Amino acid sequence: MIDGLSVTLTHYLVVGAVIFGFGTVIALSKRNAVAVLMGVELMLNAVNLTLVSFSRFSSAFPKGEEPLAGHVFVVFVLTVAAAEAAVALAMAVLVYRQRETVDLDRINLLRG
Amino acid sequence: MESPGIILAFWVLSAITVAGCAMVLVARNLVHALVFLVLAFLGMAGLFLTLSADFLAVAQILIYAGSIAVLMVFAIMLTPLAARDNANSLYLLPALASGLGMAAIVSFVALVTPWAELKGDALAQNDPPTTVAAIGDLLLGRYVLPFEVASVLLFFALLGAIVLVHERGSRESQ
Repeated sequence: MIDGLSVTLTHYLVVGAVIFGFGTVIALSKRNAVAVLMGVELMLNAVNLTLVSFSRFSSAFPKGEEPLAGHVFVVFVLTVAAAEAAVALAMAVLVYRQRETVDLDRINLLRG
Repeated sequence: MESPGIILAFWVLSAITVAGCAMVLVARNLVHALVFLVLAFLGMAGLFLTLSADFLAVAQILIYAGSIAVLMVFAIMLTPLAARDNANSLYLLPALASGLGMAAIVSFVALVTPWAELKGDALAQNDPPTTVAAIGDLLLGRYVLPFEVASVLLFFALLGAIVLVHERGSRESQ
């Protein structure tokens, strides 16, 4: 629980939850594909913060278990985020070449 | 974690990060939103530093605030005729509801759960002087297979990005 004076795991988890919420709102509500990608990156970043804070604060690791495994997971998340950003932005440029827009509202070629 | 500097740093960096996220949501211009996104990433790197994750803080600055931001600038500049007003779609209200709901639920769980967490001196003793050596040992020891898979994934993602935007036979089509 939050007791005011010291910074605990709960503080970081709440900050991570707020950032994840902002990322969700941005990813769901923005019209431009690049802005949607910004929201996705914010969500990934919030999860990174949660992983690192658990890795630092948790005392529940069994004997011999590495607390820094959380850091390794964050490295993998960074890798996947970079790959995902590269592919998503390439797709945005590709769609722009076909339609001259990256508005997700106007990319409705498959609408029946 | 008890030292006042760290506590102050946590609150200031959290405020910067959350304010950056909020400005990404409300900024009127897509490029301005990107600048605030970089601010949020830098605040997040500072939060990693307060968690004594030095390697991850540097990696965050290099990858997120550096390369992903540059990649987004490229994407914005390569789509010159697209709208740059960072407008919201019709789904703003449902998006706000789901984002607020998710943040509220996760915060509630984080507040009421009695976490098995280290505090005070135990926390300070548990901190390694540097995390780089331990992360390297784990990456090339226990997690070597995911590490290799991640490198293959990164390679094929970049290859795919190049293949996607490569202009095949543009001369013939003109």
